[in-house]
Amino acid sequence: MTREHIVQSFDVAIDELVNTIAELGGLAEAQVAGALAALTQRDMAAADQVRTTDARLDALEEKVDQMAVRLFALRQPMGVDLRLIAMSLKISNDLERIGDYASSIAKRAKRLVGEPSVQATASLGRMGHLVQDMLSDVVDAYVERDVRKGMSVWHRDAEVDDFYDSLFREIITYVLEDPRTTSACIDLLFIAKNLERIGDHATNIAERLHYVVHGDRINRARSETA
Amino acid sequence: MSEAVRAEAPTASRPAIAEVRESKMRTRHVDLWYGAKQALFDVDLDINANEVTALIGPSGCGKSTYLRCLNRMNDTIDICRTEGDIRLDGEDIYDRSVDVVELRARVGMVFQKPNPFPKSIYDNVAYGPRIHGLVGTKAELDALVEESLTRAALWGEVKDRLADPGNGLSGGQQQRLCIARAIAVGPEVILMDEPCSALDPIATAHIEELIDDLKREFTIVIVTHSMQQAARVSQRTAFFHLGKLIEVGETDDIFTSPQQQMTQDYITGRFG
Repeated sequence: MTREHIVQSFDVAIDELVNTIAELGGLAEAQVAGALAALTQRDMAAADQVRTTDARLDALEEKVDQMAVRLFALRQPMGVDLRLIAMSLKISNDLERIGDYASSIAKRAKRLVGEPSVQATASLGRMGHLVQDMLSDVVDAYVERDVRKGMSVWHRDAEVDDFYDSLFREIITYVLEDPRTTSACIDLLFIAKNLERIGDHATNIAERLHYVVHGDRINRARSETA
Repeated sequence: MSEAVRAEAPTASRPAIAEVRESKMRTRHVDLWYGAKQALFDVDLDINANEVTALIGPSGCGKSTYLRCLNRMNDTIDICRTEGDIRLDGEDIYDRSVDVVELRARVGMVFQKPNPFPKSIYDNVAYGPRIHGLVGTKAELDALVEESLTRAALWGEVKDRLADPGNGLSGGQQQRLCIARAIAVGPEVILMDEPCSALDPIATAHIEELIDDLKREFTIVIVTHSMQQAARVSQRTAFFHLGKLIEVGETDDIFTSPQQQMTQDYITGRFG
Protein backbone atom coordinates (compact mmCIF):
# COMPACT_ATOMS: atom_id res chain seq x y z
CA MET A 1 0.00 0.00 0.00
CA THR A 2 1.89 3.04 1.14
CA ARG A 3 5.00 2.74 3.22
CA GLU A 4 5.58 -0.01 5.74
CA HIS A 5 4.53 -0.06 9.37
CA ILE A 6 7.10 0.59 12.08
CA VAL A 7 6.02 -2.76 13.55
CA GLN A 8 6.94 -5.22 10.81
CA SER A 9 4.83 -8.06 12.17
CA PHE A 10 1.77 -5.87 11.46
CA ASP A 11 2.73 -5.83 7.76
CA VAL A 12 3.25 -9.58 7.84
CA ALA A 13 -0.20 -10.13 9.35
CA ILE A 14 -1.87 -7.81 6.83
CA ASP A 15 -0.12 -9.56 3.93
CA GLU A 16 -1.31 -12.88 5.27
CA LEU A 17 -4.88 -11.56 5.46
CA VAL A 18 -4.77 -10.24 1.89
CA ASN A 19 -3.24 -13.49 0.63
CA THR A 20 -5.95 -15.55 2.32
CA ILE A 21 -8.61 -13.45 0.61
CA ALA A 22 -6.77 -13.87 -2.70
CA GLU A 23 -6.79 -17.62 -2.15
CA LEU A 24 -10.51 -17.52 -1.34
CA GLY A 25 -11.06 -15.41 -4.47
CA GLY A 26 -9.17 -17.88 -6.66
CA LEU A 27 -11.21 -20.72 -5.23
CA ALA A 28 -14.47 -18.85 -5.84
CA GLU A 29 -13.42 -18.28 -9.46
CA ALA A 30 -12.70 -22.01 -9.88
CA GLN A 31 -16.06 -22.87 -8.35
CA VAL A 32 -17.93 -20.62 -10.78
CA ALA A 33 -15.94 -22.05 -13.71
CA GLY A 34 -16.76 -25.60 -12.55
CA ALA A 35 -20.45 -24.77 -12.17
CA LEU A 36 -20.56 -23.31 -15.69
CA ALA A 37 -18.79 -26.39 -17.11
CA ALA A 38 -21.38 -28.55 -15.36
CA LEU A 39 -24.15 -26.44 -16.87
CA THR A 40 -22.96 -25.92 -20.44
CA GLN A 41 -20.95 -29.11 -21.04
CA ARG A 42 -22.95 -31.37 -18.75
CA ASP A 43 -19.69 -32.15 -16.98
CA MET A 44 -20.92 -34.06 -13.93
CA ALA A 45 -17.44 -34.59 -12.51
CA ALA A 46 -17.07 -30.80 -12.40
CA ALA A 47 -20.46 -30.54 -10.68
CA ASP A 48 -19.41 -33.03 -8.00
CA GLN A 49 -16.10 -31.26 -7.55
CA VAL A 50 -17.89 -27.94 -6.97
CA ARG A 51 -20.19 -29.52 -4.41
CA THR A 52 -17.32 -31.02 -2.41
CA THR A 53 -15.05 -27.98 -2.60
CA ASP A 54 -17.63 -25.63 -1.07
CA ALA A 55 -16.55 -26.52 2.46
CA ARG A 56 -13.06 -25.17 1.73
CA LEU A 57 -14.49 -21.72 0.98
CA ASP A 58 -16.41 -21.77 4.23
CA ALA A 59 -13.22 -22.69 6.09
CA LEU A 60 -11.24 -19.88 4.42
CA GLU A 61 -13.94 -17.35 5.22
CA GLU A 62 -13.74 -18.39 8.84
CA LYS A 63 -9.96 -18.08 8.73
CA VAL A 64 -10.30 -14.50 7.44
CA ASP A 65 -12.74 -13.74 10.28
CA GLN A 66 -10.28 -15.01 12.86
CA MET A 67 -7.36 -13.12 11.36
CA ALA A 68 -9.33 -9.88 11.17
CA VAL A 69 -10.64 -10.16 14.73
CA ARG A 70 -7.11 -10.83 15.96
CA LEU A 71 -5.79 -7.78 14.09
CA PHE A 72 -8.54 -5.60 15.58
CA ALA A 73 -7.66 -6.83 19.06
CA LEU A 74 -3.88 -6.59 18.75
CA ARG A 75 -3.38 -3.53 16.55
CA GLN A 76 -6.48 -1.36 17.00
CA PRO A 77 -6.07 -0.37 13.36
CA MET A 78 -6.80 3.14 12.11
CA GLY A 79 -7.17 4.83 8.74
CA VAL A 80 -6.43 2.71 5.70
CA ASP A 81 -5.55 -0.32 7.87
CA LEU A 82 -8.92 -0.11 9.59
CA ARG A 83 -10.70 0.10 6.25
CA LEU A 84 -8.73 -2.80 4.80
CA ILE A 85 -9.31 -5.11 7.75
CA ALA A 86 -12.98 -4.17 8.20
CA MET A 87 -13.65 -4.68 4.49
CA SER A 88 -11.79 -8.01 4.48
CA LEU A 89 -14.62 -9.36 6.63
CA LYS A 90 -17.18 -8.26 4.06
CA ILE A 91 -15.20 -9.29 0.99
CA SER A 92 -14.61 -12.78 2.35
CA ASN A 93 -18.33 -13.03 2.98
CA ASP A 94 -19.03 -11.92 -0.63
CA LEU A 95 -16.67 -14.61 -1.91
CA GLU A 96 -18.15 -17.28 0.31
CA ARG A 97 -21.64 -16.40 -0.96
CA ILE A 98 -20.38 -16.59 -4.54
CA GLY A 99 -19.19 -20.10 -3.71
CA ASP A 100 -22.65 -20.98 -2.41
CA TYR A 101 -24.25 -19.79 -5.64
CA ALA A 102 -21.76 -21.81 -7.68
CA SER A 103 -22.63 -24.84 -5.60
CA SER A 104 -26.32 -24.26 -6.15
CA ILE A 105 -25.79 -23.97 -9.92
CA ALA A 106 -23.84 -27.24 -9.89
CA LYS A 107 -26.68 -28.96 -8.04
CA ARG A 108 -29.24 -27.74 -10.59
CA ALA A 109 -26.94 -28.62 -13.50
CA LYS A 110 -26.94 -32.21 -12.30
CA ARG A 111 -30.71 -32.27 -12.17
CA LEU A 112 -30.97 -30.74 -15.65
CA VAL A 113 -29.18 -33.72 -17.19
CA GLY A 114 -32.35 -35.77 -16.88
CA GLU A 115 -34.55 -33.04 -18.35
CA PRO A 116 -35.31 -32.12 -21.96
CA SER A 117 -32.72 -29.62 -23.16
CA VAL A 118 -33.71 -25.97 -23.39
CA GLN A 119 -32.16 -23.44 -25.73
CA ALA A 120 -31.69 -20.91 -22.92
CA THR A 121 -28.72 -22.89 -21.64
CA ALA A 122 -26.51 -21.26 -24.29
CA SER A 123 -27.59 -17.75 -23.23
CA LEU A 124 -26.96 -18.71 -19.63
CA GLY A 125 -23.46 -19.78 -20.61
CA ARG A 126 -22.81 -16.32 -22.08
CA MET A 127 -24.14 -14.62 -18.96
CA GLY A 128 -21.98 -16.96 -16.93
CA HIS A 129 -18.84 -15.93 -18.80
CA LEU A 130 -19.66 -12.27 -18.26
CA VAL A 131 -20.02 -12.88 -14.53
CA GLN A 132 -16.91 -15.05 -14.48
CA ASP A 133 -14.84 -12.26 -16.04
CA MET A 134 -16.20 -9.77 -13.53
CA LEU A 135 -15.23 -12.04 -10.66
CA SER A 136 -11.79 -12.70 -12.05
CA ASP A 137 -11.16 -8.99 -12.63
CA VAL A 138 -12.39 -7.93 -9.22
CA VAL A 139 -10.19 -10.48 -7.46
CA ASP A 140 -7.20 -9.19 -9.48
CA ALA A 141 -8.22 -5.61 -8.72
CA TYR A 142 -8.33 -6.41 -5.01
CA VAL A 143 -4.90 -8.03 -4.99
CA GLU A 144 -3.39 -5.20 -7.05
CA ARG A 145 -5.35 -2.45 -5.21
CA ASP A 146 -6.43 -1.35 -8.68
CA VAL A 147 -9.53 0.79 -8.19
CA ARG A 148 -9.76 1.52 -11.91
CA LYS A 149 -10.07 -2.18 -12.69
CA GLY A 150 -12.54 -2.54 -9.83
CA MET A 151 -14.66 0.25 -11.26
CA SER A 152 -14.79 -1.44 -14.66
CA VAL A 153 -16.36 -4.42 -12.90
CA TRP A 154 -18.76 -2.11 -11.11
CA HIS A 155 -19.92 -0.63 -14.40
CA ARG A 156 -20.45 -4.06 -15.96
CA ASP A 157 -23.04 -5.05 -13.38
CA ALA A 158 -25.75 -3.17 -15.26
CA GLU A 159 -25.05 -5.43 -18.24
CA VAL A 160 -25.56 -8.51 -16.07
CA ASP A 161 -28.84 -7.12 -14.78
CA ASP A 162 -30.02 -6.52 -18.36
CA PHE A 163 -28.93 -10.03 -19.32
CA TYR A 164 -30.95 -11.43 -16.43
CA ASP A 165 -34.06 -9.49 -17.42
CA SER A 166 -33.88 -10.69 -21.00
CA LEU A 167 -33.13 -14.28 -19.96
CA PHE A 168 -36.11 -14.19 -17.63
CA ARG A 169 -38.38 -13.26 -20.54
CA GLU A 170 -36.73 -15.83 -22.80
CA ILE A 171 -37.19 -18.67 -20.30
CA ILE A 172 -40.83 -17.77 -19.66
CA THR A 173 -41.39 -17.94 -23.43
CA TYR A 174 -40.01 -21.50 -23.51
CA VAL A 175 -42.37 -22.54 -20.73
CA LEU A 176 -45.32 -21.12 -22.62
CA GLU A 177 -44.23 -22.78 -25.85
CA ASP A 178 -43.66 -26.20 -24.33
CA PRO A 179 -44.96 -26.81 -20.81
CA ARG A 180 -42.98 -30.07 -20.62
CA THR A 181 -39.88 -27.92 -20.09
CA THR A 182 -41.37 -26.20 -17.04
CA SER A 183 -39.27 -28.08 -14.51
CA ALA A 184 -36.03 -27.47 -16.45
CA CYS A 185 -36.95 -23.85 -16.99
CA ILE A 186 -37.49 -23.29 -13.28
CA ASP A 187 -33.99 -24.60 -12.64
CA LEU A 188 -32.63 -22.36 -15.40
CA LEU A 189 -34.39 -19.35 -13.92
CA PHE A 190 -32.81 -20.04 -10.57
CA ILE A 191 -29.43 -20.44 -12.23
CA ALA A 192 -29.89 -17.09 -13.97
CA LYS A 193 -30.78 -15.52 -10.64
CA ASN A 194 -27.71 -17.11 -9.03
CA LEU A 195 -25.46 -15.70 -11.75
CA GLU A 196 -27.02 -12.29 -11.32
CA ARG A 197 -26.32 -12.49 -7.58
CA ILE A 198 -22.70 -13.49 -8.25
CA GLY A 199 -22.43 -10.32 -10.35
CA ASP A 200 -23.85 -8.33 -7.43
CA HIS A 201 -21.27 -9.73 -5.04
CA ALA A 202 -18.44 -9.00 -7.49
CA THR A 203 -19.80 -5.45 -7.66
CA ASN A 204 -19.89 -5.29 -3.85
CA ILE A 205 -16.22 -6.22 -3.77
CA ALA A 206 -15.44 -3.40 -6.23
CA GLU A 207 -17.28 -0.98 -3.94
CA ARG A 208 -15.43 -2.21 -0.89
CA LEU A 209 -12.10 -1.89 -2.69
CA HIS A 210 -12.97 1.70 -3.55
CA TYR A 211 -13.64 2.36 0.13
CA VAL A 212 -10.39 0.68 1.21
CA VAL A 213 -8.31 2.78 -1.17
CA HIS A 214 -10.12 6.14 -1.12
CA GLY A 215 -12.04 6.11 2.17
CA ASP A 216 -15.32 7.12 0.57
CA ARG A 217 -18.17 5.08 -0.68
CA ILE A 218 -19.56 4.74 -4.16
CA ASN A 219 -23.12 5.90 -4.44
CA ARG A 220 -25.14 2.72 -4.51
CA ALA A 221 -28.15 4.39 -6.08
CA ARG A 222 -26.41 4.28 -9.46
CA SER A 223 -28.82 1.76 -10.95
CA GLU A 224 -31.74 4.08 -10.33
CA THR A 225 -29.97 7.01 -11.97
CA ALA A 226 -28.24 5.11 -14.76
CA MET B 1 -4.69 9.14 -10.88
CA SER B 2 -6.99 8.71 -7.91
CA GLU B 3 -8.97 11.79 -8.89
CA ALA B 4 -9.56 10.36 -12.34
CA VAL B 5 -10.82 7.14 -10.83
CA ARG B 6 -13.09 8.98 -8.44
CA ALA B 7 -14.55 10.92 -11.31
CA GLU B 8 -15.81 7.72 -12.89
CA ALA B 9 -18.04 6.83 -10.03
CA PRO B 10 -20.66 8.85 -8.23
CA THR B 11 -19.44 8.85 -4.64
CA ALA B 12 -21.70 9.36 -1.71
CA SER B 13 -20.65 12.65 -0.24
CA ARG B 14 -20.03 12.82 3.46
CA PRO B 15 -23.04 14.04 5.38
CA ALA B 16 -22.78 17.77 5.92
CA ILE B 17 -22.71 18.85 9.52
CA ALA B 18 -26.15 20.23 9.92
CA GLU B 19 -25.73 22.47 12.93
CA VAL B 20 -23.32 25.37 12.88
CA ARG B 21 -21.22 24.86 15.95
CA GLU B 22 -20.19 27.71 18.14
CA SER B 23 -16.49 28.13 18.64
CA LYS B 24 -15.48 28.81 22.22
CA MET B 25 -11.87 29.57 21.44
CA ARG B 26 -10.37 30.75 18.21
CA THR B 27 -6.68 30.92 17.39
CA ARG B 28 -5.22 32.54 14.30
CA HIS B 29 -1.63 32.69 13.02
CA VAL B 30 -0.17 31.45 16.27
CA ASP B 31 3.64 31.38 16.21
CA LEU B 32 5.67 30.52 19.26
CA TRP B 33 9.38 30.56 19.99
CA TYR B 34 11.45 29.10 22.81
CA GLY B 35 14.37 31.51 22.55
CA ALA B 36 15.54 31.29 18.93
CA LYS B 37 13.79 28.00 18.26
CA GLN B 38 10.37 28.25 16.70
CA ALA B 39 7.99 25.65 18.15
CA LEU B 40 4.65 26.62 16.57
CA PHE B 41 4.08 27.83 13.03
CA ASP B 42 1.00 29.76 11.99
CA VAL B 43 -1.56 27.62 13.80
CA ASP B 44 -5.20 28.37 12.98
CA LEU B 45 -7.63 26.32 15.03
CA ASP B 46 -11.14 26.71 16.40
CA ILE B 47 -12.16 24.99 19.62
CA ASN B 48 -15.89 24.30 19.54
CA ALA B 49 -18.01 24.87 22.62
CA ASN B 50 -19.19 21.79 24.56
CA GLU B 51 -17.05 19.47 22.56
CA VAL B 52 -13.88 17.56 23.22
CA THR B 53 -11.05 18.52 20.89
CA ALA B 54 -8.12 16.11 20.86
CA LEU B 55 -4.62 17.23 19.92
CA ILE B 56 -2.44 14.39 18.63
CA GLY B 57 1.01 14.09 17.10
CA PRO B 58 4.46 12.70 17.82
CA SER B 59 6.56 13.94 20.74
CA GLY B 60 7.84 17.44 20.14
CA CYS B 61 5.16 18.26 17.59
CA GLY B 62 3.94 21.27 19.57
CA LYS B 63 0.61 19.95 20.79
CA SER B 64 1.31 20.56 24.49
CA THR B 65 2.91 23.90 23.68
CA TYR B 66 -0.22 24.88 21.78
CA LEU B 67 -2.43 23.68 24.65
CA ARG B 68 -0.51 25.88 27.08
CA CYS B 69 -1.08 28.92 24.86
CA LEU B 70 -4.80 28.61 25.53
CA ASN B 71 -4.50 29.74 29.16
CA ARG B 72 -1.14 31.48 28.92
CA MET B 73 0.72 28.83 30.87
CA ASN B 74 3.66 29.53 28.58
CA ASP B 75 3.94 32.97 30.21
CA THR B 76 5.72 31.21 33.08
CA ILE B 77 8.58 30.28 30.75
CA ASP B 78 10.95 33.24 30.44
CA ILE B 79 12.33 32.49 26.98
CA CYS B 80 8.93 31.76 25.48
CA ARG B 81 7.42 34.29 23.06
CA THR B 82 3.95 33.92 21.56
CA GLU B 83 2.54 35.81 18.58
CA GLY B 84 -0.80 35.65 16.86
CA ASP B 85 -4.39 35.97 17.91
CA ILE B 86 -5.95 33.76 20.60
CA ARG B 87 -9.50 34.51 21.63
CA LEU B 88 -11.88 33.19 24.26
CA ASP B 89 -15.48 34.13 23.45
CA GLY B 90 -14.09 36.75 21.08
CA GLU B 91 -11.78 38.35 23.68
CA ASP B 92 -8.06 38.49 23.04
CA ILE B 93 -6.58 36.57 25.99
CA TYR B 94 -3.15 38.11 25.42
CA ASP B 95 -4.53 41.63 25.78
CA ARG B 96 -2.78 43.74 28.44
CA SER B 97 -6.03 44.20 30.32
CA VAL B 98 -6.49 40.47 30.87
CA ASP B 99 -5.95 39.23 34.43
CA VAL B 100 -4.03 35.98 33.92
CA VAL B 101 -5.17 34.47 37.22
CA GLU B 102 -8.77 35.08 36.23
CA LEU B 103 -8.10 33.70 32.76
CA ARG B 104 -6.75 30.48 34.25
CA ALA B 105 -9.89 30.16 36.35
CA ARG B 106 -11.93 30.38 33.15
CA VAL B 107 -9.55 28.09 31.29
CA GLY B 108 -8.52 25.42 33.79
CA MET B 109 -5.87 22.80 33.38
CA VAL B 110 -5.28 19.19 34.35
CA PHE B 111 -1.76 17.84 33.99
CA GLN B 112 -0.19 14.58 33.00
CA LYS B 113 0.86 13.62 36.49
CA PRO B 114 -1.79 14.14 39.15
CA ASN B 115 -0.53 17.03 41.29
CA PRO B 116 -2.80 17.47 44.31
CA PHE B 117 -1.69 20.10 46.80
CA PRO B 118 -0.14 18.64 49.96
CA LYS B 119 -3.40 19.33 51.74
CA SER B 120 -6.58 17.50 52.62
CA ILE B 121 -8.98 16.32 49.94
CA TYR B 122 -11.40 19.01 51.08
CA ASP B 123 -8.83 21.79 50.93
CA ASN B 124 -7.58 20.77 47.51
CA VAL B 125 -11.03 21.55 46.13
CA ALA B 126 -11.78 24.48 48.46
CA TYR B 127 -8.51 26.29 47.73
CA GLY B 128 -9.51 27.85 44.39
CA PRO B 129 -12.97 29.06 45.42
CA ARG B 130 -11.44 30.59 48.58
CA ILE B 131 -8.73 32.58 46.80
CA HIS B 132 -11.10 33.68 44.06
CA GLY B 133 -13.66 34.71 46.71
CA LEU B 134 -16.38 32.61 45.10
CA VAL B 135 -18.15 31.66 48.33
CA GLY B 136 -19.30 33.58 51.40
CA THR B 137 -20.00 30.98 54.06
CA LYS B 138 -18.64 27.65 55.21
CA ALA B 139 -21.93 26.04 54.22
CA GLU B 140 -21.60 27.42 50.69
CA LEU B 141 -18.04 26.18 50.49
CA ASP B 142 -19.07 22.72 51.74
CA ALA B 143 -21.76 22.61 49.09
CA LEU B 144 -19.35 23.67 46.36
CA VAL B 145 -16.76 21.05 47.42
CA GLU B 146 -19.41 18.35 47.38
CA GLU B 147 -20.75 19.48 44.02
CA SER B 148 -17.28 19.62 42.46
CA LEU B 149 -16.29 16.20 43.78
CA THR B 150 -19.61 14.79 42.59
CA ARG B 151 -19.14 16.18 39.10
CA ALA B 152 -15.64 14.72 39.06
CA ALA B 153 -17.18 11.33 39.95
CA LEU B 154 -15.15 11.13 43.16
CA TRP B 155 -17.60 12.12 45.92
CA GLY B 156 -18.82 8.60 46.67
CA GLU B 157 -15.28 7.39 47.20
CA VAL B 158 -14.06 10.21 49.45
CA LYS B 159 -17.07 11.67 51.25
CA ASP B 160 -16.19 9.95 54.51
CA ARG B 161 -12.54 10.99 54.50
CA LEU B 162 -12.46 14.57 53.27
CA ALA B 163 -9.85 15.48 55.88
CA ASP B 164 -7.39 12.83 54.62
CA PRO B 165 -4.45 14.06 52.55
CA GLY B 166 -5.17 14.31 48.82
CA ASN B 167 -1.94 12.64 47.87
CA GLY B 168 -2.99 9.53 49.82
CA LEU B 169 -5.51 8.68 47.11
CA SER B 170 -4.80 6.30 44.22
CA GLY B 171 -3.42 7.79 40.98
CA GLY B 172 -6.77 7.72 39.25
CA GLN B 173 -8.52 9.24 42.27
CA GLN B 174 -5.84 11.95 42.49
CA GLN B 175 -6.44 12.83 38.85
CA ARG B 176 -10.18 13.08 39.46
CA LEU B 177 -9.38 15.25 42.51
CA CYS B 178 -7.38 17.55 40.21
CA ILE B 179 -10.36 17.68 37.86
CA ALA B 180 -12.64 18.50 40.82
CA ARG B 181 -10.19 21.24 41.80
CA ALA B 182 -10.33 22.68 38.26
CA ILE B 183 -14.13 22.48 38.15
CA ALA B 184 -14.56 24.18 41.56
CA VAL B 185 -13.63 27.63 40.27
CA GLY B 186 -16.28 27.46 37.56
CA PRO B 187 -14.18 27.23 34.41
CA GLU B 188 -15.56 27.37 30.87
CA VAL B 189 -12.74 25.47 29.21
CA ILE B 190 -10.71 22.60 30.68
CA LEU B 191 -7.31 21.81 29.18
CA MET B 192 -6.01 18.30 29.79
CA ASP B 193 -2.41 17.44 29.07
CA GLU B 194 -2.18 13.64 28.78
CA PRO B 195 -4.42 13.19 31.83
CA CYS B 196 -4.36 9.38 31.68
CA SER B 197 -0.78 8.62 30.79
CA ALA B 198 0.10 7.77 34.39
CA LEU B 199 -3.06 5.75 34.99
CA ASP B 200 -4.03 2.09 34.62
CA PRO B 201 -6.80 1.09 32.16
CA ILE B 202 -9.56 1.08 34.77
CA ALA B 203 -8.63 4.52 36.12
CA THR B 204 -8.35 5.67 32.49
CA ALA B 205 -11.86 4.40 31.78
CA HIS B 206 -13.17 6.42 34.76
CA ILE B 207 -11.52 9.58 33.45
CA GLU B 208 -12.82 8.99 29.93
CA GLU B 209 -16.33 8.47 31.26
CA LEU B 210 -15.93 11.69 33.21
CA ILE B 211 -14.70 13.62 30.14
CA ASP B 212 -17.75 12.46 28.23
CA ASP B 213 -19.95 13.72 31.02
CA LEU B 214 -18.11 17.02 31.52
CA LYS B 215 -18.39 18.15 27.92
CA ARG B 216 -22.07 18.94 28.46
CA GLU B 217 -21.04 21.81 30.69
CA PHE B 218 -17.50 22.56 29.63
CA THR B 219 -15.39 22.82 26.54
CA ILE B 220 -12.51 20.37 26.70
CA VAL B 221 -9.17 20.26 24.91
CA ILE B 222 -7.12 17.13 25.50
CA VAL B 223 -3.58 16.28 24.49
CA THR B 224 -3.09 12.54 24.29
CA HIS B 225 -0.52 10.11 23.00
CA SER B 226 -3.14 7.40 22.75
CA MET B 227 -4.86 7.60 19.40
CA GLN B 228 -7.47 5.16 20.60
CA GLN B 229 -8.21 7.53 23.47
CA ALA B 230 -8.46 10.49 21.10
CA ALA B 231 -10.83 8.46 18.94
CA ARG B 232 -12.93 7.46 21.93
CA VAL B 233 -13.30 10.75 23.77
CA SER B 234 -13.19 13.53 21.18
CA GLN B 235 -15.52 14.94 18.56
CA ARG B 236 -12.77 16.79 16.70
CA THR B 237 -9.13 15.87 16.32
CA ALA B 238 -6.19 18.04 15.32
CA PHE B 239 -2.95 16.47 14.14
CA PHE B 240 0.27 18.41 14.73
CA HIS B 241 3.70 17.72 13.27
CA LEU B 242 6.90 19.73 13.77
CA GLY B 243 4.98 22.68 15.15
CA LYS B 244 2.43 22.83 12.34
CA LEU B 245 -1.22 21.93 12.36
CA ILE B 246 -1.37 19.37 9.56
CA GLU B 247 -5.02 18.43 9.63
CA VAL B 248 -8.09 19.03 11.75
CA GLY B 249 -11.47 17.43 11.30
CA GLU B 250 -14.25 15.32 12.70
CA THR B 251 -12.68 12.58 14.81
CA ASP B 252 -14.60 9.89 12.93
CA ASP B 253 -13.10 11.09 9.66
CA ILE B 254 -9.57 11.61 10.96
CA PHE B 255 -9.29 8.02 12.21
CA THR B 256 -11.03 6.30 9.30
CA SER B 257 -10.27 8.45 6.27
CA PRO B 258 -7.80 11.25 6.94
CA GLN B 259 -7.14 13.59 4.02
CA GLN B 260 -3.41 14.11 4.53
CA GLN B 261 -0.86 11.39 3.87
CA MET B 262 1.13 12.48 6.93
CA THR B 263 -1.91 12.00 9.18
CA GLN B 264 -2.52 8.62 7.58
CA ASP B 265 1.08 7.54 8.19
CA TYR B 266 0.96 8.68 11.81
CA ILE B 267 -2.35 7.11 12.82
CA THR B 268 -1.52 3.81 11.14
CA GLY B 269 1.91 3.54 12.73
CA ARG B 270 3.92 4.12 9.55
CA PHE B 271 5.62 7.27 10.71
CA GLY B 272 9.29 8.03 10.38
